[in-house]
Amino acid sequence: MISLTIDGKEVQVPKGTMLLEACRIAGADIPTLCYDPDLKLAGSCRMCVVEAKGRRNLLATCVTPAENGMEIHTESSDVIEARKIILELLLSRHKLECHTCESDGDCKLQDYCYRYGVADSRFDGEGPHFTKPDPNPFIMRDYDKCIMCTRCVRACDEITGALAINIKDRGHHAKISTAFDGNLADSTCVFCGQCIMVCPVGALTSKVSAGKGKPYQTEKVVTTCTYCGTGCTLALNVKGDKVVGVTSVRDIEKSPVNNGALCVKGRFGWDFINSDERLTTPLIRENGELRQASWDEALDYTASRLKGIKEKHGADSIAMFTSARVTNEENYLAQKFTRAVLGTNNVDHCARL
Amino acid sequence: MTNTIGELENDAKAIFIIGTNTTENHPVIGYKIKQNVRRNGAKLIVADPRRIELAEMADVYMQFVPGTDVALMNSMMNVILNEDLLDKEFIANRTEGFEDFKAILEKYTPEAMEKVTGVPAEDVRKAARIYAESEAAAICYAMGLTQHSTGTDNVKTACNLALMTGNLGRPGTGVNPLRGQNNVQGACDMGGLPNVYTAYQNVTVEANQEKFEKAWGVKLSNKVGLTLTEAIGKAHHGELKALYVLGENPMMSDPDLQHVEEALENLEFLVVQDIFLTETAQKADVVFPGVTFAEKDGTFSNTERRVQRVRRAINPIEGARCDWQIICDLSTSMGYAMSYDSPEEIFEEIRSLTPSYAGITYDRIDVTGIHWPCPTVEHPGTPILHREKFNRGLGLFHVVEYKEAAELPDEEYPLILSTGRSLFHYHTGTMTRRSSGLDAHKPHNELEINPIDAEKLNIMDNEMVKVVTRRGSIDIKAKISDILEPGVIFTTFHFAEAAANRLTNADSLDPVAKIPEYKVCAARVEKIS
Repeated sequence: MISLTIDGKEVQVPKGTMLLEACRIAGADIPTLCYDPDLKLAGSCRMCVVEAKGRRNLLATCVTPAENGMEIHTESSDVIEARKIILELLLSRHKLECHTCESDGDCKLQDYCYRYGVADSRFDGEGPHFTKPDPNPFIMRDYDKCIMCTRCVRACDEITGALAINIKDRGHHAKISTAFDGNLADSTCVFCGQCIMVCPVGALTSKVSAGKGKPYQTEKVVTTCTYCGTGCTLALNVKGDKVVGVTSVRDIEKSPVNNGALCVKGRFGWDFINSDERLTTPLIRENGELRQASWDEALDYTASRLKGIKEKHGADSIAMFTSARVTNEENYLAQKFTRAVLGTNNVDHCARL
Repeated sequence: MTNTIGELENDAKAIFIIGTNTTENHPVIGYKIKQNVRRNGAKLIVADPRRIELAEMADVYMQFVPGTDVALMNSMMNVILNEDLLDKEFIANRTEGFEDFKAILEKYTPEAMEKVTGVPAEDVRKAARIYAESEAAAICYAMGLTQHSTGTDNVKTACNLALMTGNLGRPGTGVNPLRGQNNVQGACDMGGLPNVYTAYQNVTVEANQEKFEKAWGVKLSNKVGLTLTEAIGKAHHGELKALYVLGENPMMSDPDLQHVEEALENLEFLVVQDIFLTETAQKADVVFPGVTFAEKDGTFSNTERRVQRVRRAINPIEGARCDWQIICDLSTSMGYAMSYDSPEEIFEEIRSLTPSYAGITYDRIDVTGIHWPCPTVEHPGTPILHREKFNRGLGLFHVVEYKEAAELPDEEYPLILSTGRSLFHYHTGTMTRRSSGLDAHKPHNELEINPIDAEKLNIMDNEMVKVVTRRGSIDIKAKISDILEPGVIFTTFHFAEAAANRLTNADSLDPVAKIPEYKVCAARVEKIS
């Protein structure tokens, strides 16, 4: 263990601990943009800088190992000044459209500008523009809001392994791009949306959720995905008794199978829930056509038909197909109903299909 | 799965993928396999008739003829035997039947099998060495292995491979079926099968029958019921009179849709409970509106046997009822009162009758799921099966000889048709075809065809063509692709307007599992104009 002082508080941490972690243990709130606990370190945004006594330069805590005897100040005037300048520099290429932004309220740039009172940028001026249409139905790429933290690039590489995007060009012209700067659909992108999951601003957002509710207006209900058998944990975003999106649960304890990672179906394939084609009333066939019926009528009719067939042809003339898509509780009841009520073991489901 | 998903990312030193297009059908598991290969240098062996994404990063890729799985794996085991790469200690202590099994391997030399499987002998040798020599090697498979008239044989052969190399019961090993649907594991666990109650308690065992008779207060049948494929056949013959379909769509998912359609029309009474008016619901006499996973509480059990919570996020849409509620209501209407306050109350009843779920409670899985078997509330669950012993005691080697697929190409139908899934759709498309983004991105079915076959037939990319089998035909867009060998074509079954199961064969079922042979049937492609 090594010991160091952070904002006057002495902390002990194992050797090799990064300064960022040590500061957080000491209770300091260190702002970060490019840092992501699940991705390789970039050390590029410099938001996490702190002052270390006796050091000429401010230290980026995410990439600096804690050392024995260090004396750290996390909110000194130099630190605050540096962070303000960094924010101003970032704002100079960040399109300020917070009022219509999908990430409004869930944006680290917004939070830090608020925290440090940075309203606008002294470095504003004519600069290059990066946003161009990408006609895919899943991911909105609004790179005029991109702050070049490269978390999307690293997530695409290190979580999904798709390697669809990287940095193109240098300096002012640097931007996130697919190979040959084309559309995502023509790249190796698999539309998992891990880039949306890690984007700290509103540069990458879901087109399926667009306009349906800002992050702070939605309740997040943690559940299990309805598609394949992997069993990924995800959060349904709910506004006004309506599902308006899916977001990741980024905590290995709470999302043990997938640690927040999802696929295109899990992240973007939820709006069937609100489809106009949903069935909203029981139906009974009459004169060859299906007509609407009340629950009582449909239940009574079904019960009497099933009872009649059982009496006439025996229980084994009836079968039930239960479902690989409904819950355990429902499957249990379906086989109980088949066995105890219909009186047959003719119950199966599409495990084989 | 005998083992867990996480081990494929962290513990497996070699992964043998056969019959699973993991990155499309289990994408998150696919990410983990890729990371293990890229980050930790795990070895990857891929066997698949299509050069799938994972094949591109494999140490060995074996592009084999559809339906020759047993020949391919037996030839790998021939190498393991002849090069003495066996785990002798494991075979001696944990298995039986090895001598009988060993005797058949002799003729499966990689050279002899090359003509059957199309895989160069040297690749089989390399794959066998990687798998057998790794400290921990996992087998992953999916429907590519099972949907054959020899599906059970194929799985037994994969088990033989794991047994002979001791790749079971340890982290990073195992025989791991990747299951395709969210709760297909749970539907099986819950006794949604014609031969077993919950937790695979056989209906023909008297003690089991008595136990459930006592719990449910009625007399029960000890006669094994009909599988799904058998039930459709019986309906076709007129022996089955009524069918209650809950959240299934046989008019899209079952083999030979013409046959299914005739079978359903032949029923006296068809009840369908679903969230949409599916192709099957359109044929029903009564339709009950159920709800989506967002509208109800409950649990799903994933492919690694982890029982996890499903939570109600919104109220059921106006007019619909939770599926468990509908079953209770119908049961009560039929004179057997079923009443539960909540899914949790149902789960408590499940626990009392299901030894492998007995220790799982809603409280215990509030944050993270538990792997069954979990017999008591103190038990931590069982991520890895067969650590000390197998269910039957010793692991049994099965003597499995290669058999040809039921319907092979001939002059009239010269191509092998395989069917499967796309990354962007799910099963019969009921949900994904109504998800705006997914359907916009992939609105049409496609027929993958090798450029050589396409050229012979004078077919251009994106041209509408006709695929014909002995069952029927569909019109479909051609996608010329060299990920298939000449002589093999592939399509997906998600699209009603170009339904792959119009083409598939209802007669070639695995004799044990009754699974249809979706991966092999004889077909021809015709130019339309």
